[in-house]
Amino acid sequence: MSYLDRQGKGGLTSWIFSTDHKRVSLLYLALMTAFFWVAVGIGVAMRLKHLSGSDFLVSARTYNALFTVHGVIMVFMFVIPGLPAVFGNFFLPILIGAKDVAFPRLNLLSWWLFLAGACLALLSLFTGPGAPDTGWTFYVPFSLRTGTNVSLAVFAAFVLGFSSILTGINFITTVHRLRCEGMTWHRMPLFVWAIYSTGWIQVLATPVIGITLLLVILERAFGIGVFDPARGGDPVLYQHLFWIYSHPAVYIMIVPAMGAITEIIPTFARRCIFGYRAIAYSSLAIAGLGSLVWAHHMFTSGMADLANIIFSLLTFLVAVPSAIKVFNWTATLYKGSVDMQPSMLFALTFVFLFTIGGLTGVMQGALGLNVHLHDTYWIVGHFHYVMFGGTGFAFFAALLYWFPKMFGRQYDPKPAYAAWVLMFLGFNMLYGSFMVLGAMGMPRRYFAHLPQFHSLHLAATAGSWALVAGLAVLFGNFLAALRRGAPAESDPWGGKTLEWTLPSPPPPENFDKLPVVTGAPYSYNPKAPA
Amino acid sequence: MSYILPQASSVSLSIDRYFLGSLALCLAVLLLVTFFIVYFSIRYSRARNPRPEDIEGNAALEVVWTVVPLALFLVMFYFGWTDFRTLRNPPPDALAVQVTARQWSWSFEYPNGKRTGELYAALGRPMRLELRSADVIHGFYVPAFRVKIDVVPGRTATAWFLPRLLGDFDILCSVICGTSHSAMLSKVRVLAEDEFKRWYFSDDRSPRPANALSKGGRDARPPDSTSPRAAGAASGGRAAPRPSQAGRADRGAALLGEKGCLSCHSVDGSTMVGPTFKGLFGSRQKVAADGKEQVMTADEAFLRAEILEPDLRVIDGYPAVMPPSELDAGEADAIVSHLKRLAK
Repeated sequence: MSYLDRQGKGGLTSWIFSTDHKRVSLLYLALMTAFFWVAVGIGVAMRLKHLSGSDFLVSARTYNALFTVHGVIMVFMFVIPGLPAVFGNFFLPILIGAKDVAFPRLNLLSWWLFLAGACLALLSLFTGPGAPDTGWTFYVPFSLRTGTNVSLAVFAAFVLGFSSILTGINFITTVHRLRCEGMTWHRMPLFVWAIYSTGWIQVLATPVIGITLLLVILERAFGIGVFDPARGGDPVLYQHLFWIYSHPAVYIMIVPAMGAITEIIPTFARRCIFGYRAIAYSSLAIAGLGSLVWAHHMFTSGMADLANIIFSLLTFLVAVPSAIKVFNWTATLYKGSVDMQPSMLFALTFVFLFTIGGLTGVMQGALGLNVHLHDTYWIVGHFHYVMFGGTGFAFFAALLYWFPKMFGRQYDPKPAYAAWVLMFLGFNMLYGSFMVLGAMGMPRRYFAHLPQFHSLHLAATAGSWALVAGLAVLFGNFLAALRRGAPAESDPWGGKTLEWTLPSPPPPENFDKLPVVTGAPYSYNPKAPA
Repeated sequence: MSYILPQASSVSLSIDRYFLGSLALCLAVLLLVTFFIVYFSIRYSRARNPRPEDIEGNAALEVVWTVVPLALFLVMFYFGWTDFRTLRNPPPDALAVQVTARQWSWSFEYPNGKRTGELYAALGRPMRLELRSADVIHGFYVPAFRVKIDVVPGRTATAWFLPRLLGDFDILCSVICGTSHSAMLSKVRVLAEDEFKRWYFSDDRSPRPANALSKGGRDARPPDSTSPRAAGAASGGRAAPRPSQAGRADRGAALLGEKGCLSCHSVDGSTMVGPTFKGLFGSRQKVAADGKEQVMTADEAFLRAEILEPDLRVIDGYPAVMPPSELDAGEADAIVSHLKRLAK
């Protein structure tokens, strides 16, 4: 019997009130996939608008709402919950040999909070004065003055934040308390290390954004004067508070992605990971250093020069642990036996695109150059390389990797390769054009663009079509596999971590008898004892 | 970099050197990583290398690829800082210009009281800007100069530049500031020093050969250049001695450019954020005031009230976004005289 089989009376309630971590994982997956496609649609609409430099398709006001909603949905409802909510929920307990997370009911509550936040966000689009038009950063005092639905939208983000905090607490406790016999810290799969590091960022950083967003609501409703300069408040204070969370949030988004990649590469290279401890500790280093670099989003805000210098220096330092990971992934291919399955192809593409995102991040971390690049399409290109080329491609790689285990069905690899070609070309055409546009001085969040930027905008829009076509093929292939895919073996890729010891799909409480672990997680060719 | 963006200020040269240098370095790293990924994937493919070998790590390699990137990053940090130091320290002899940003226009006031809607600067002479915002955060951005600074309300931001090329360069708003954010554009017009001085010490609102200079000018807006030399208009709109009717209208036309009215209102009948000025005078307008709708004639009193107290009545079909006026009654009258002329 698998966790997918009918339970109790069956039907929807056996899902939305299930405390099984695997069912909760699929609840997240369903909701997040729906929001992902909504935000993709909005992104495509924005690209279509830029087929013309001036008035076209939508009004300026609608356009400002589009990029705000695109950002809010993608950040708060897809990329932040992202890999922890789906793959962390499903595989964290299994990978450490547990029957469920530490607090299964809290886990279900987290999903309900996520649903509530998502509904509030939708409500803010279609009720009252309409969708917020401030950008997802809600910078004051514009977010205080605008007549649009800012209060409801930031309240939605506030509720979503609680979902994230509770998930973090749950995962940290699970790792500390529920490891099976023999699962020492240094025998944990590296995805577990990544989810664990992420949990700490979620717990420590998210409350800051919660308080900040509440202050925005209070300021809008009662004019309490914390942020509004007309009442003695300080807009730059808001920016500090916003980024104290929102920069670590970048690592909430990328560290679990790195963790998933670290599972995929050894499996398809059929050898152990290179530099286990370097990768494990670099996750912790990113979590720590990453909480000290927030003000690099504010080099032009007019804060003190010394603060600028310190934050620039720290920004360069935080790039080191990411570089270490990239080198170790590459070295893991050395003397391996590489099977280029779609999942592996997406994982290695992650390394390529994330390296571009990371290196451009290093470039713009330099103070002098940042002044030119800040708030341009360069930045938009950079963070799409990190968030989409990084977290997005890692999400797809993880889905391709774990799909047979999660659903018990195998997909056809050929459409997945075709999807990769379209996505890779489209992605680079779209966001590569953005980076050149930014270097030329095209500011972000512009409804109309000047003529010198037009040809690159056309190239970017054409790229967006290829990218979306690739996404459609990828998801269509998954849907086809769900309907009529061949039954999956328990270990289709030859993986060595605990999830591959279970049937596909796994039974409701994972392990009949809890496993006992005796060695490192990725031992493919253990040397004969000397 | 000069292929895609002119290097029009002194600092742009060193910023571009940094950009190209760090780009080359990053591309080298990217190519190195990509080469090894592709090479290993082929050399150690399952077909070529069916028997893999477990290699758990290499302490020496870990140290190398921690220390080398760290050293490179510290060098990059240092040069980024030196550029920033230059950007943050204006030379003491720089001409100080007061900049006011508002939704959605820029205005510039020079030490002698001259005011313009576009920024005039002299080739080879440093200019320091002191920027303030009248409403929300804006960003003053001149890509060709590689200069950008957020204009945060309640604070005075500073920036400076030294132009090294003649010509017109875009001023863009870089921080989302509302519906017409992307229309919050202006230009820096860099003139030869003697030409700049001639204009600066004259009564002219804009340098007369400006039209000859503005080659490649994309901006369809007719800010100052539409106004022929306004006889009665002294600098900064101050102390205008009893202007004639035509002189007053000319002054009104100039004010439209200076005060940023043309960011939202066209003079050619096209619809922007606000109603067009063409044919506005004397037209019948449906307005909302105190929650009630009524139809009014756009006469002198109506237009003066609209300019001075825009919140009072909102014309149907347009958003209620016009900022409170900084004009005095005389200036409002001058604009109304000009609108009257536009009705014909």
